[in-house]
Amino acid sequence: MIELVDVHKSFGKQKVLNGLNLAIEAGKTTVIIGRSGGGKSVLLKHIIGLMKPDSGQVLIDGVDMTKLNDKELNEIRKKFGMLFQEAALFDSMNVGENVAFPLREHAKLKEKEIWEIVADRLRSVGLTGVEGKMPSELSGGMRKRVGLARAIALHPQIVLFDEPTTGLDPVMAEAINHLIIETQQHFNLTCIVISHDVQSIFRIGHKIAMLYEGSIIAYGTPEEIRASDNPVIEQFLKGSIEGPIRIM
Amino acid sequence: MFDSLGRSVLRAVEELGRIILLFLSVLSWMIRPPWRLRNIFKQMEFVGVRSIFVVVLTGMFTGMVMALQGYHGFRMFSAESMVGSAVALGMTRELGPVLTSLMVTARAGSAMAAELGTMKVTEQIDALYVMAANPVQYLIVPRVIAGVIMVPLLTVISDFVGILGGYFVGVQILNINSGLFMKNMTKMVELNDIYSGLIKAACFGLILSLVGCYKGFNTTGGAEGVGRATTEAVVLASITILISDYFLTALMF
Repeated sequence: MIELVDVHKSFGKQKVLNGLNLAIEAGKTTVIIGRSGGGKSVLLKHIIGLMKPDSGQVLIDGVDMTKLNDKELNEIRKKFGMLFQEAALFDSMNVGENVAFPLREHAKLKEKEIWEIVADRLRSVGLTGVEGKMPSELSGGMRKRVGLARAIALHPQIVLFDEPTTGLDPVMAEAINHLIIETQQHFNLTCIVISHDVQSIFRIGHKIAMLYEGSIIAYGTPEEIRASDNPVIEQFLKGSIEGPIRIM
Repeated sequence: MFDSLGRSVLRAVEELGRIILLFLSVLSWMIRPPWRLRNIFKQMEFVGVRSIFVVVLTGMFTGMVMALQGYHGFRMFSAESMVGSAVALGMTRELGPVLTSLMVTARAGSAMAAELGTMKVTEQIDALYVMAANPVQYLIVPRVIAGVIMVPLLTVISDFVGILGGYFVGVQILNINSGLFMKNMTKMVELNDIYSGLIKAACFGLILSLVGCYKGFNTTGGAEGVGRATTEAVVLASITILISDYFLTALMF
């Protein structure tokens, strides 16, 4: 269970999160939608403790992330996996070493066991025999799949996805969506996805939260969101220029 | 004008403070397990072994040119055989450590800034945090250790080939008596000269690796940012090395 309570965050004069409240259910996929540059990534970074709020609480299973020291933060981060927007694979290591990285860091395993898990995780994202390739040799979609394999290497409870379908062609985007759904069910994960890809949102989300001007203005099931008469949500889903969302 | 001057002084002080904070954090992560020997050796190879060629080249020609210049000076009062001690003292005390660390700054310090800067802008450093591997410990500690150990070792090589170059020019080309060359050199140069040069080199190794990592670690703004970080790392490290050289010399001699 993840809970954000009255979270404020500013960069200089710009208020990015403005008293944000959000409770994320365990074992479900929650999609956070909102405009580009609207603070979705900032929100995600608060959940995993890469950023600290100016005020407010970020509770992970009742523990306040904002009050932890480095060591405690590292302990709690072992519950997490994260797929970065550009996958953030270590380009000095090959695919196999990338997926093995969290295992080597935190699990006391024999070399043979590590490689078995690596092959298993790669298989679960639909890749085989790519262990020896370097990240630079992979396409965008493959990088993301390897990134996902690395994120789930240690059997985390929570996986964060930073715009998983951005920059992919529709077919690959659909394949990634499918993979998110499958992985979520297979490992019974709590998934948090940030996205502005309207098609994907309804495919993968059990719950959808809309972030607008620093707070969550709507939260509900895909049906509830789709039926919402909030003009901001209507405009966002339609992708229309007319409406309360101002284009700068 | 005073306004902008004041602001840039403030910025410089702030930057110095941040580098010192990074240094303290490097120290605290250095003594905590796990010790990443593989990373340390990899960096030692990169900083040290792969710099040998440029360091030999720089040291050799510096020694040779010092012998050539010194010869013309010493000849004016018929003390040509002092060339050996001049070359040896100059190399061990000053030019060995300073030129070696400047070359390593250009080669390895810049690469550290570029590599860490790229990792920063492509979120690889965030990925390390997320996977509960502290990037200071994983990336910076091995580089700083490599800098502090390898720059003095490279300086030893530079001192040696510098003196060798001086000997070659002095004895083979300028016909200074070989025995006198060696005798004057061993008489004038003390172990202390070599040690002090090596202590300097260790300090410079610390500076260049710390500055390179600091600049890389704080990169923002894509490819342009990486380029800027790399340039700034080389400039800042070189200046700091030259300034601290003066103070270290004042302290030691």
